[in-house]
Amino acid sequence: MMNFDYSRATSLEEAATLARHPGAMLLAGGTTLLDLAKCEVARPERVIDLTRLPGLNTITVGESGATIGALATMSRVADDHGIQRRYPAIAESLLLAASAQLRNMATIGGNLLQRTRCPYFRDPAGYPACNKRDPGTGCSAIGGITRDHAVLGTSDHCIAVYPGDLAVALSALGATIQTNLRAIEIEAFFLMPGATPERETVLERGEIITAIAVPATPLAANSTYLKVRDRQSYEFAAASAAVGLELDSDGVTIRDIRVALGGIATKPWRAIAVEDALRGRRLDEGTVREASRTAVDGAKSHGGNAYKIELAPCVVARAILKAGGIQ
Amino acid sequence: MTLIEPRVKHGDASDGTTPSGPLGREIVRTDGPLKVQGAATYALEHQLEGLLHCVIVQSTVGAGRIVAVDRSAAEASPGVRLVLDAGYSLMLRSQPDFFGNKPEGDDYTPFATDIHHNGEIVAAVVADTLEQAQAAAQRVRVEVEFGPVIATHDDPRAGHGNPVPLDKDWGDPDGALAEAPVVLKATYETPREYNVPIEPHGLIAHWEADDRLTIYEPSQWVDGMANHYATWFGLPFENVRVVSPFVGGGFGSKGQALPHSAVAAIAARMLRRPVKLAVSRPQTFTAYGGRPATRQRLKLGATEEGQLLAIDHDGSNETAANAAFIETLGIVTSMMYAVPNFRSRQRIVPVNTVTPGAFRAPGKNPSAFALECAMDELAVELGLDPVELRLRNEPDVDPETGKPWSSRRLREAYAAGADAFGWTQRNPVPRSMREGRQLIGWGMACGTHPVYSSPGEAMVRILADGSVEVLSSAIDMGTGTYTILAQTAADALGVPVEQVTTKLGDSRLPRAPVAGGSQLANLMTAAVHTTALAAREELIALGLTDPNSPLRDRANTLIIADGRIAPPSGEGISIAELMAAIGRDVLEVTRDTLPRKERSSAERLKFFTTLGGMERGTSIPKSRHSFCTHFVEVRVDEDFGTIRVSRVVSALDAGRLYNPKLADSQFKGGIVMGIGMALLEEGITDPRNGRILSANLADYRIPTNADIPHIETISVGIPDYDATLLGGKAVGELAIVGVAPAIANAVFHATGKRIRRLPITLESLM
Repeated sequence: MMNFDYSRATSLEEAATLARHPGAMLLAGGTTLLDLAKCEVARPERVIDLTRLPGLNTITVGESGATIGALATMSRVADDHGIQRRYPAIAESLLLAASAQLRNMATIGGNLLQRTRCPYFRDPAGYPACNKRDPGTGCSAIGGITRDHAVLGTSDHCIAVYPGDLAVALSALGATIQTNLRAIEIEAFFLMPGATPERETVLERGEIITAIAVPATPLAANSTYLKVRDRQSYEFAAASAAVGLELDSDGVTIRDIRVALGGIATKPWRAIAVEDALRGRRLDEGTVREASRTAVDGAKSHGGNAYKIELAPCVVARAILKAGGIQ
Repeated sequence: MTLIEPRVKHGDASDGTTPSGPLGREIVRTDGPLKVQGAATYALEHQLEGLLHCVIVQSTVGAGRIVAVDRSAAEASPGVRLVLDAGYSLMLRSQPDFFGNKPEGDDYTPFATDIHHNGEIVAAVVADTLEQAQAAAQRVRVEVEFGPVIATHDDPRAGHGNPVPLDKDWGDPDGALAEAPVVLKATYETPREYNVPIEPHGLIAHWEADDRLTIYEPSQWVDGMANHYATWFGLPFENVRVVSPFVGGGFGSKGQALPHSAVAAIAARMLRRPVKLAVSRPQTFTAYGGRPATRQRLKLGATEEGQLLAIDHDGSNETAANAAFIETLGIVTSMMYAVPNFRSRQRIVPVNTVTPGAFRAPGKNPSAFALECAMDELAVELGLDPVELRLRNEPDVDPETGKPWSSRRLREAYAAGADAFGWTQRNPVPRSMREGRQLIGWGMACGTHPVYSSPGEAMVRILADGSVEVLSSAIDMGTGTYTILAQTAADALGVPVEQVTTKLGDSRLPRAPVAGGSQLANLMTAAVHTTALAAREELIALGLTDPNSPLRDRANTLIIADGRIAPPSGEGISIAELMAAIGRDVLEVTRDTLPRKERSSAERLKFFTTLGGMERGTSIPKSRHSFCTHFVEVRVDEDFGTIRVSRVVSALDAGRLYNPKLADSQFKGGIVMGIGMALLEEGITDPRNGRILSANLADYRIPTNADIPHIETISVGIPDYDATLLGGKAVGELAIVGVAPAIANAVFHATGKRIRRLPITLESLM
């Protein structure tokens, strides 16, 4: 790890000004930054500590929606009764992520920005070629071991998977990311790698996430997050799905549904085709399984990750059935 | 269906009686309080004046030749004291092998000139701070001429490998297989697995004088390691001190000084300052080798009734391109079942990997995986219950040597395990048991581990206050050596166990062989027992003869119990009172368990610094082994293929347990590790350059608490005095053996899919 300058921001404005310097990186919980600095992927010249900024860690759950301060830790949000009651997918996605120790440190804002676990990205000494880390150098993952790589949203430049859980739940619930400059719908927040995989979000230099806003909907209150992996804890998803489901008063017709997938794509992946195929339809296992197949439309295997194309529709189907009370 | 609730039934002291003395009792580990308070000082926590920090630079290519190393930028980095490479380093003398044989070449350097594997040490940097050393290490420029990389034995260019002289033959296996009514042929594979102890490797090297070296390094064998350093630097053995009072796990990986150990000792010598070298977690995956990947082809021939007629076994394991490591794959195959015709062959396949090493139950563990899966497949083929098939082939004597067993209570283990598990409720048909969307599978398999033995040495000191010290260079890597040696001394001397303290893990103390092969508990309890009895005799002799002893001139019938020395009837006096009366501060006795014979001190030393003194059974009239059987329930999600182990019942015959609580911890630790082996652990290697991609604890997956169900262990052992002096058998490595096949067999029962390559991950069941 290289030496760096450290400053503790006292106001959001000061933090934004400092963050505009090239080589500056923001520090919140530090669980990603420290990790990446240790493996020499992050080489900040200056670290701007946000953790003492006032007023950024509040959690407000109201009738019209919830606002979660960017500095609220994962564990606090997961333990919040309002979040658990009105946005179960959020609480579940957090509890299934990382480890208790990491959740106690990591913040919600930082969580959205966590970097991929692609082993080639994380190993600059062994793999100088990585477009995400060093633009224009190539992709070491293509042609390598790809069991954990993306099957959706990939490009010839990058096939790294977006690793997070929370952002998948937020995508399903239609959250908005608030920054010091603007509000960004989560669908527009994350970028596909295309030819510029180093750019993962629309955030500009000096732009800082301040809060996440989630609308209160019947669908959000009846949401769930299902994560599938080999190890029961402390492992990223082989595939995951967040589902918000609202049924008609008859209890069987799907009035509205939102579905997002994790662990299989280069960004949190909305499965709009699944939603469209099910809206207005009867909730039964056959219909759900049929519709869920469209979740991986356009998926592309790189060999080792072919199983994800089979797995993901099963995860989507089971998450929908779970939200619908069919275990 | 109704699942059988596990019945709680605890393994007891295993001799069926409440122990009369401290040995055999469930005493909590004596080093526990130090550890939970953070007061146990581990190797890298030692504070030394003027300490410098060393960071190794590892190769990033899998094969090739180093053309040039440019040290200049690193040397110019802030705080840097020294940059080492093959061209700039002290040359050492070559280490003897484990048996004390001198190698061919005379010289040794830990720095590579030819690259044999990705991650090989090519340079090292020493600086005032760790961060400075890390920063400078990145500025070492290594120019390499690339060579062709054969990353794993899956690469067709790796070939079939080279035969090793481990042939075992009896009868006519080809003829028997040709005639056998039922023949099963299958190939089983295990991946590279890594010892990832919670305490990573590293050391502090401190030259106290030009010819005196002290090493603080986690060690499973301080005397063996001291000998390595002494040989490297041409020093007398006595001039090297290795200190390792606490070890955060080793699982076989801390038995010898490794290349990075030499680097730190060289740097400290050249700079005449103490040097600390901490191997980072990613570096540990190539700083030493774990279990090599293995491949075993088995042919079993049997009668329709399930009588084994023949076993034909062909095994191979990966080894390094420049060194031979043999994972003895035929070791369980040849002794588990009565079979009249047998052949076992083994090969090693050189690939560009770090030299593999010992990892919990080397040989035994993968050997049992293949054999025990094959037995399950045979049972399915024959329509027999897998326990019944095993019972029909239970050998009365060791089928390989013809020797009688010292004890083999596998029948008792089958009965106890099956009963506690509810095995009779099992529907043998695959996919017949389910709960909701979970397919339920019940599987079983056996394990075994030989009883190895070596001599040990111990000192027992009786102090003025009546307390007792036990001293040995033996180590405790979390296994309980401190505790059971205190129990042994207390038992033999007749004092309360609380009065005994144990000092371990320092090569200045009386000698001990390697803590490996599950031999240490048996051999050190024997050494301490022998020594403590001698101390007891001496104390009684003093009581009877010392002019100032209140017990002087009594009949020679004094006994010591509960810390008091007394005639058969009467109060007597405390040991402290006797020591005071006779004016002694200390009574000190050292004994060993070397075979009685005159020896030079060099010959004696060899028993403790090489494996030459390890008795593997050849000169013992009985065949000595521990045995176990595991009954496992898994739940497989029918959509996802995810496997959860939901119940384990293991019945184990490890002879007498010196401390059932600590033995139980060893059993459960082995079972947990076996679950990891079956479902999670794999050193993932990039086929293009031989680099380990899972070189961290997020990607090299070991089980979390959430992956571990209730584990019930049942001890069915009885004291086996033909196996060891105090009746114990192998404990530490026993229980991992057989877990992976039990799980693989349960997965087959749940899903109908036979997976013969570990780990069994979700995509293999989708």
